[in-house]
Amino acid sequence: MSGAPPGLNEVLQRTFSFPKRHFLSATDLNEVEVANLLDLADGFVSLNRQTSKKLDLLKGRTLMNLFFENSTRTQSSFELAGKRLGADVVNMSPRSSSISKGETLIDTAVTLNAMQPDLLVVRHSSSGAASLLSQKVGCSVVNAGDGQHEHPTQALLDALSMRRAFGHISGLKVAICGDVMHSRVARSNIAMLQMLGANVRLVGPPTLIPAAADRWNVEVFHDMRQGIAGCDVVMMLRLQLERMDGVMAPSQREYFRFFGLDREKLAYAAPHVRVMHPGPMNRGVEIDSEVADDLSVSLIQDQVEMGVAARMAVLTSLAARLENER
Amino acid sequence: LSRPVAITNARIIDPASGYDGPGGVIVTEGVIADVAKGAGLGKLSADVEVIDAGGALLIPGLVDIRVKTGEPGAEPKETLKSAALAAAAGGVTTIVVQPDTHPVMDEPAVVDFILRRARDIELVNVYPAGAATKGCEGKRMAEIGLMHEAGCLYVTDADRPIVDSKVLRRVLSYAKAFGVPVAHRPADPWLSSGAAASEGEFAARLGLPSVPAIAERIMLERDLALVELTGAPFIVDQVTTAGALESLKRGLERGLPVTATTSINHLSFNEIDIGDYRTFCKLDPPLRSEDDRQAVIAAVASGLIQVIVSAHAPAPAEDKRLPYDEAAPGAVGLQTLLPALLAFHHDGQIPLIDLIRTVTAAPAALLGLAGGRIAKGAPADLVLCDLNAPVVIDADKLVSKSKNSPFDGRRLQGRVLRTMVDGRTVYSV
Repeated sequence: MSGAPPGLNEVLQRTFSFPKRHFLSATDLNEVEVANLLDLADGFVSLNRQTSKKLDLLKGRTLMNLFFENSTRTQSSFELAGKRLGADVVNMSPRSSSISKGETLIDTAVTLNAMQPDLLVVRHSSSGAASLLSQKVGCSVVNAGDGQHEHPTQALLDALSMRRAFGHISGLKVAICGDVMHSRVARSNIAMLQMLGANVRLVGPPTLIPAAADRWNVEVFHDMRQGIAGCDVVMMLRLQLERMDGVMAPSQREYFRFFGLDREKLAYAAPHVRVMHPGPMNRGVEIDSEVADDLSVSLIQDQVEMGVAARMAVLTSLAARLENER
Repeated sequence: LSRPVAITNARIIDPASGYDGPGGVIVTEGVIADVAKGAGLGKLSADVEVIDAGGALLIPGLVDIRVKTGEPGAEPKETLKSAALAAAAGGVTTIVVQPDTHPVMDEPAVVDFILRRARDIELVNVYPAGAATKGCEGKRMAEIGLMHEAGCLYVTDADRPIVDSKVLRRVLSYAKAFGVPVAHRPADPWLSSGAAASEGEFAARLGLPSVPAIAERIMLERDLALVELTGAPFIVDQVTTAGALESLKRGLERGLPVTATTSINHLSFNEIDIGDYRTFCKLDPPLRSEDDRQAVIAAVASGLIQVIVSAHAPAPAEDKRLPYDEAAPGAVGLQTLLPALLAFHHDGQIPLIDLIRTVTAAPAALLGLAGGRIAKGAPADLVLCDLNAPVVIDADKLVSKSKNSPFDGRRLQGRVLRTMVDGRTVYSV
């Protein structure tokens, strides 16, 4: 492919083809598929750092972003990913469309499907919404976050960030901290990291960790210092502020005192620890700015960069599969 | 005057008398005129229409005390007529409809409306359950006495628990004076709020808002304490968890006037059946763990739970084909109740006569109905059923207007051959 960096060309020429039509859940994937997606994403990182970032792998394809929940960063990440691969990208904002006039998700899907998109990227506030949609459309569906269920491209970009920082994922001790209960990021990461051989721990107050989490083959800690002790990666989760006013935690200041990541607590982790956060951050609530902005420990900016590359890898893989089908 | 009908050569199961054996019945003027157990019916006069059952099962028509239709107010879901047709096809000859309609059945005019509509439709027996509180809002008592006079069999706020203990206490005391049982759903409203599934590993993985099983026990403990205080006849509306069964057992041991029901769905499915967000399995109460399901089966076998209901709750596709937490709860069940129930006989888990009792003699006795038994003088509400015939449930072919059956695709055994209500054949294959 002209314009592609050599590393990317090598991966693109591999015979492995992604076997699935949709990208809905980290639990649908296996280790080989993830490894290939990560290799591909690595190549796209190089591409994205060139002056000329554009390829035509998705030329002629139509990508629809269908975000029922607002998310500037995820939506622009998918939009950039699609555009850099040469696809036509349409952003649907259901607020101003018929969804607010009582049309159901399925009706909207069927309507959009009739416009012959190739890739439909969906974010919705209900768990299972992306899966439901995938059963009703002819194109490939990418889950960009469904309720409290999964956010698989986030897990992929997190894995990419970790693999680039450490050279491997197997054997890493990863502490996922904060609001695990309501977090789709946590669910996707637990599934993917365990598949890749990482040792996952969950850290948070009992009100924010699902009661059944001890059956997920993870260690659960309610003391943050113990929880992150010796960890290679501390992954902070976003906590919605309205849950911290006596609802799931008594107050923001109490939450920060016990579960906010600051230098003092971080000192319990491994010396080479890296800190991650899916964004957007609540500074001074779940994470201290001093930690978040320290580029020697924080991977948070990398995560954003990796996001575009990881999504390019997913889109490319799904589009190649479409090619084989038609 | 209609011709007398004789059903001969049947295997009669009549739980009320404990009989299971060969026999036949003669039906005259809508009433069972004679029952022959063991021996033949003797010489029949020439004008008698004879139905040779060919060894098929002859059981009392089923009495389903928890049925929702959409009438009045939501007829696109289900009308009384479509529900009655589904009931007839399922061998259900008596249904008790729930009061949470639009308008709510909280005053005698609506009770009267239902009874008149049922008379016009003339298929199965339809009785209303009145609302316990005005608007099923749990705040002020409904006209329990007047509704009772008009013909309601018990009072309930259906799916909505009466949160205010003072209100439920008053309802219990007041209804007791009229001999009207009160049914109440045991669900702690705060633990249950917003929940779409039972708490556990499965719901946590799916990211579904969930309610711990203990929410059922918490509310049941309160309810039983109020029953103890008032001495009022009480129906526990669907016990679905092992924890609540422990409370129920202790309550019954103390001699409380309590009868517990469960739904065929909670006997037949567990939370794993939700699978990939299958909204036909979204129920209220939600499907439980396999341990809970086994405990409920054991409670039916031991007689702790005496009545099984279909919990028929029609929801059209547009209410079900939604993301899981937005989808309407409930399942249709009138037509699948009997074969689903027979599965526990075929699997050797519960004796056949005990299973039949939970949907005939037990609910009839609970509500003081004349049916539910095969006895001289009883109404001729009868079902002929091929116990062993294999059936594959096809939701699209169900008679109900709504097709939301979790049994879709299930292989069961047991086919209704004929349903009679007051001696009239309302369904036959």
